Formats: sequence, C-alpha cells, structure tokens
Amino acid sequence: MPTNTLKGHTFEVNDEGFLTNRDQWSEELAAELAALVDVELDDAHWAPLRFMRQDSARTGVTPTLRRLQTVGGFDVKELYRLYPGKPVKMMAWLAGLPKPVGCV
Amino acid sequence: MTEIPAGFVMPNFGPRAAAPSPAQGQFVSAPVSSGPRKMAFICSKGNLDMAYPALIMGNAALGEGCEVHIFFTFWGLDIINKKLNHKLQLTLSGNTAMHMADLGRLRPGLEYRSMPQQLGGLPGMTAFATKMMKQQMADLEIPDVPQFLDLLAAAGAHFYACKLTFDMMKMIEADLHDATEGVISAADFVEISEGAQIIFI
Repeated sequence: MPTNTLKGHTFEVNDEGFLTNRDQWSEELAAELAALVDVELDDAHWAPLRFMRQDSARTGVTPTLRRLQTVGGFDVKELYRLYPGKPVKMMAWLAGLPKPVGCV
Repeated sequence: MTEIPAGFVMPNFGPRAAAPSPAQGQFVSAPVSSGPRKMAFICSKGNLDMAYPALIMGNAALGEGCEVHIFFTFWGLDIINKKLNHKLQLTLSGNTAMHMADLGRLRPGLEYRSMPQQLGGLPGMTAFATKMMKQQMADLEIPDVPQFLDLLAAAGAHFYACKLTFDMMKMIEADLHDATEGVISAADFVEISEGAQIIFI
C-alpha cells in the first residue's frame, strides 16, 4: 500500500490515491490536497465535504452525488461548479474517503 | 497551485487547470480529441427499462468529467415528453429474460425461470410489471425518470429532440423537458456529436 507525504502529513492510500484510513485525515490535510488540484476551500466547498464525512461515518460508505442531493440537500449544479470535472470523486478524495461505488 | 510531490499517488482528475495551452495565434491542426471526453447517447426506445441505460450511463459520464449529449428519437422521445415520461411502462411481452428474484421464495429455482410469454398479454400485467420495476428502482434509491432528467440537466447534460419524430407525432415544444436545447435534425446531431463516442439504445 503506497504512503503519501504532503507538507508534513503522512497517510496511506490505495493504488488510485484515495486514503485508506479515515483517521489519518484532517481538515488541514484536505486544504493541502485541494491546493494540488487548484481548489481553494471556502465555506461552500467545506459544507459537502463535512456532510460526506458525517454521512459515511454513519453508513460506512461514501455518499453518491444523488445522496448529497436528497439527504444532504445540496444543489447538484452548485457542486459541479465548486468541483468541476469529477465532482464526487474529487470530494471523496478531499474528504479522505474511498471513491463512491454507487451508480447513481 | 502547489507542485505535486515526486512519488505522490493521487487520482486522475483530468488535465490540471494551469496546463499550458497553445500560444495565441499559433496554428493548431483540427482537434481530434481536445477538451474533455465526449459521449453521445441516442435513445430510441420508450419502454421504462430502456429509459434507464442512457440516464445512468450519462450520469456516470458527467461525474467522470465527460461532455454528455442525448438525442431522443422515435419512441425514445417519450423520455423527455413531460406528459408521458412519468408513466413509461415495462412489458413482459417479447422479453424472454423476464424472471423475478422474488419468485425464488415461493420455490427455489423459480427465480431463474422466465415468465411465460402469454402472461404479458393478460390485462393489468403491464401495469403490474411497471409497478414492480418502479418499486425496485426506488428501493435502490434510483430517481424516477423526470427526476433523473433534472439531475442530468443540473449536471450539465445536453438534451435534443428528433425533429422528424417531433413532427410525426405532432408534438408541441411545451411538452418537452425544460432542459431540451432544441428540436434538431439527424444531420444536426451528427454535427453535434463530432468526436464523441456514440451509444445507441
């Protein structure tokens, strides 16, 4: 299992680079990761990440975009604006969670 | 933007925003695949089970950063017809793969037996099969067709209605899903889908 080091943070990841141990995650690390993909985390960016952390702690799986919409109450268009390209994958990565497995 | 450290393992999120672009005025040959990956779906069927493939794959493609175009033609036009898309149906007729997992609870092995084709002709059978499928999709938290279209539209999908079908079925634009970008000809679609991977459903 690869180990990543970034600005003093050391954390284990899977072959794709997603954190394998959610306890090695911190908000400071998320901000450092975000800088790698040119995203600056403001309150709007933090809200879905915090929801994903809380929701996955309860259910054991990374919420899908649909769940962010129906359970988290987030606007899909806004999420695509905040995290352009691959929103859910990027949010899961920033939140220190596995990539979502659900289809919808 | 921070430099990615050597040996750092991270997912591929596509080209970095600051990737160098060709200098202004520099000649660039016709792009074969510049920009994001592009997928185009042609929806030609109006049965409930045939509405989902493009919706699910299109949604997945959008989540992977692809540009998504969906062309609704013939019976597939019902999918974006607001008067019809909440009542698309599933039929047993003509589907030899129709078997039901729940029947296995009656007698083991029954879940692998396909339904007799004659059953599909019984009154009320289509309504029953439709209700069952909708329930099973809802249990898996899959949105129904109108909601799914809204989800795709919010994620940036492009919808088009086929002009020939539109004229043939004497439709009106007000019935089309609000995100439909236009009623277009086959040639228009061929133009729009240039460079795309095309999936016919």
